[in-house]
Amino acid sequence: MITHWNDMTTSLQIFNTIKKFFIEIGELSYFAGRFFKEVFTKPFEFKELLRQCYNMGNRSLLLVSITGFILGLVFTLQSRPTLMEFGAESWMPSMVSISIIREIGPVIIALICAGKISSGIGAELGSMRVTEQIDAMEVSGTNPFKFLVVTRIMAATLMIPLLIIYGDAIALFGSSLIENLKGDVSFQLYFNKVFDAIKFSDIIPATIKSIFFGFAIGLVGSFKGYNCTNGTVGVGEASNSAVVYTSLLLFVIDFIAVFISDIFFEI
Amino acid sequence: MENKKNILPILKINNLKKSFGDNHVLNGFSIELFEGENLVLMGKSGSGKSVMIKCLVGLMQPDSGTIEIMGKDITTLSQKEFNNLRTEIGFLFQGSALYDSMTVRENLEFPLRKQKRELETIEKLVHNALISVGLVDAIDLMPEELSGGMKRRIALARAVILKPKIIIYDEPTTGLDPITAKEIIQLMRNIQQTHKTSSLIITHDVDCARVISNRMILLIDGINYAEGTFNELSSSTDKKIQAFFKS
Repeated sequence: MITHWNDMTTSLQIFNTIKKFFIEIGELSYFAGRFFKEVFTKPFEFKELLRQCYNMGNRSLLLVSITGFILGLVFTLQSRPTLMEFGAESWMPSMVSISIIREIGPVIIALICAGKISSGIGAELGSMRVTEQIDAMEVSGTNPFKFLVVTRIMAATLMIPLLIIYGDAIALFGSSLIENLKGDVSFQLYFNKVFDAIKFSDIIPATIKSIFFGFAIGLVGSFKGYNCTNGTVGVGEASNSAVVYTSLLLFVIDFIAVFISDIFFEI
Repeated sequence: MENKKNILPILKINNLKKSFGDNHVLNGFSIELFEGENLVLMGKSGSGKSVMIKCLVGLMQPDSGTIEIMGKDITTLSQKEFNNLRTEIGFLFQGSALYDSMTVRENLEFPLRKQKRELETIEKLVHNALISVGLVDAIDLMPEELSGGMKRRIALARAVILKPKIIIYDEPTTGLDPITAKEIIQLMRNIQQTHKTSSLIITHDVDCARVISNRMILLIDGINYAEGTFNELSSSTDKKIQAFFKS
């Protein structure tokens, strides 16, 4: 009888978790809908948008540089022995560039940005919510959703693709450095091979995908922060769950993007 | 103030009700605030004061009842019309609510941004607002560099920068030491005398109520329990009323 009761409790907990998850998906969709409604209506907050672009881009530059550089470095070091085994080390630039540009670069850099930008937005807006700064904005006649949320989502949508392109370039530089040191391949030869290997069908889907990554990073961070409750504890939760949800969403977007790219670009 | 029954109130709340599930917070609360008046609203924690002011400034929708600000029923206004009306209301938040990412100057400029004013006029308004709270030197500081009392003063300057007709104070002296609290009360009096504003003050501070109020309302269980001047209420023999004045 006790076992039966425990089973029921567990089932109820699972049901409530699933229910909560779907409610949250619904609320996030409504939030996204509100963004699309507000983004095309006046007044446009260009000054705040530029400030956010600068904050997100500039403050993530070092992190993306280090991540990209180490990514290219490690990827090349790890792949070299296997390619050498098959006498195919000359394929290194094309293999590394296609892998980085199509998949690894966008996903890794987006995940890094999810940790930095999405959690940052979640914490900042959450803190503004619990200290009544958002209420103060609304009382002063300003639309806080437009000023705080629309600008942040737009900035993330614009800056993440740029950061990913930059990160990809740094990763290729890291890779070329290893090839130069270990394989006596000149930088010019390395990059000639890279540009021979990559096609528009590699770059375009990756860039489109990274725009969606940026949107997801801005959207989830803003959603979690803007709807923050429970005081300072809630701020931590908002920041933490922003990273978790964004990371999950990035993989879902990646899966869908690869699936669609496969149809249109025949990968 | 003596002939207030013959003049229209600048703010009128009538039979306001708000519930959260089974928790009935406001049960038909009504007030009238007249021009140039300082009306103090006192109530225990959880008596519905914050809910009432949130309904008043549009941060929360009441279940029923009407709120008229300068003769306009806010529940019937469009968002744009209500935002325009909001410029006539200054709000001092309990925690000051200064924007962390902005300097004092930017905090004060923020309410002015929707109004197309010349840069010189904005500078002048900011400067005058800071003079009125005695913090001109703090213009380029960030909120984190200010003390609690300074934050409250800057928030007060931000609340009055548009020269509103009504100022709502949400527990203006809470969390301040007695000396700073007295300074804030004095500033509130100065502002009321200079700008001829009407003030709705929500407070637990009996000293604040004594110094600043023209009239007081005691809120108990979501309704107006008692109304009168400070002296009338403080000398009442009703135990529920007396509880507010015992320190």
